[in-house]
Amino acid sequence: MLEDNNNDYIPMWLLAELTYACPLQCPYCSNPLSLPAGRKEELTKEDWIRVMKEARKLGAVQIGFSGGEPLVRKDCVDLIGTANDLGFYCNLITSALPLTEKKIEECKEAGIKHIQISFQGSDKETNAKFGGTDSFEHKLAMTKAVIDKEIPLGLNFVLHRQNIHQVTDFLMMAENLGAEFVELANTQYYAWALHNRDKLLPSQQQLIEAENATNRFRDQHKGNMNAIFVAPDYYERRPKKCSAGWGTTFITVTPEGDVLPCQSAKIIDGIEFPNVKDNSLGEIWQRSDLFNRFRGTSWMTEPCRSCPEKEQDLGGCRCQAFMLTGDAYATDPICDKSPQHDIIEKAIASAQVDDEEAQPLYFRNTKNSKKLSAMEEGS
Amino acid sequence: MIDFDTKKFHINPNYRLQFEEAQKCHVLLYPEGLVKLSDTAVEILSRCKQAVHKKTLIEDLQKDYPEAETLAADVSDFLEHAASESWLVVVED
Ligand code: SF4
Ligand code: SF4
Repeated sequence: MLEDNNNDYIPMWLLAELTYACPLQCPYCSNPLSLPAGRKEELTKEDWIRVMKEARKLGAVQIGFSGGEPLVRKDCVDLIGTANDLGFYCNLITSALPLTEKKIEECKEAGIKHIQISFQGSDKETNAKFGGTDSFEHKLAMTKAVIDKEIPLGLNFVLHRQNIHQVTDFLMMAENLGAEFVELANTQYYAWALHNRDKLLPSQQQLIEAENATNRFRDQHKGNMNAIFVAPDYYERRPKKCSAGWGTTFITVTPEGDVLPCQSAKIIDGIEFPNVKDNSLGEIWQRSDLFNRFRGTSWMTEPCRSCPEKEQDLGGCRCQAFMLTGDAYATDPICDKSPQHDIIEKAIASAQVDDEEAQPLYFRNTKNSKKLSAMEEGS
Repeated sequence: MIDFDTKKFHINPNYRLQFEEAQKCHVLLYPEGLVKLSDTAVEILSRCKQAVHKKTLIEDLQKDYPEAETLAADVSDFLEHAASESWLVVVED
């Protein structure tokens, strides 16, 4: 175990996944495949308050209330209020479905400082197709309401092969609404998205066009709107760091209280996942096997171990390495130095075959959850 | 941009300026991010919690730091930077 300088790491961010419950069914959802049947196991309000206090003690300053849909929890606004009183900067990551003007007002009074609303498409049809619910008009109305109440708003468009051509429409819509900040976030292939990859991964050509469209928009509209484009890593030659470095910046707490270095870490086999019901957050951050396992570079195997670039990307994402190669210690196969980089090339090739007859999209719902979890266990 | 010659300004009400024990410094928090502030930045920003004119701000600072010769220019530069980052917002009268 690496215990020498763990006190140097400060978890700036606490990601509070209040619940996995969500009224939408996005086929790229980052929640686990095996969704809990009920909500009995969720942390109580008192548990969350303790977790937030412990995170503040460690130095966390940003909190993201997410899920699932965090507003499905009746105590979400109360928790925002407590977080604000504790000194957190409060961000709410929502689908906007449970929002009303009154709810927005309550959030503002409680101290919310930033609301991120996600869209699944730039028009009613696309949005309904990928969210699984007809919610476009409501999302528009709530976006306007957030702006009217002068709460900083971020719009998040999740891009994939079937809507990436809408980039310019997204940006026009965001500008007309008066958004300050827009994230054009390509789907990252974890959890549900991994199982739908053949149907979602864009071609390189599509990606280039979408990036060009974003740049053209920026050149033509020199307004106050800040638009960022996040490419999927499949077309990169180098991997991205795991959430700014495993165990350096982020703490995710799941609805049941498991504490993770990143949202998807639970997929990794053979590690015990610490839980806030058994240990304090400080104990977990500093001493748990999970957080120490991939901190720094000393865990690395070849080719990362002797690579001159190892400090830059820390060998990439551990979850992706595990998902794609079966070995959490392997070089992230996104890296073209990885001996298993062909996995990525094959995935790209396989996604380019437009086969309408193939398996349709798995939407995130209970039926598919059972089916996919069973498939994973069988493999 | 803020017209510092005519307008009053204050810290963006959606941002938070606070001292952080774990970091041992002041930070300014904004949507999904933060900056750690230098002592000088804190000295200036903490006087912008209420609406203030640049002229008054500089006079006040100069009273407390009479020996700082380039103070007016330094504060001006800082204010321009702070406005461009939206740390400060204009007060419409
Ligand atoms: S990705 Fe879609 S389904 Fe998953 S939590 Fe977010 S809004 Fe709900
Ligand atoms: S071999 Fe490993 S450390 Fe080197 S660039 Fe690739 S992922 Fe990064």
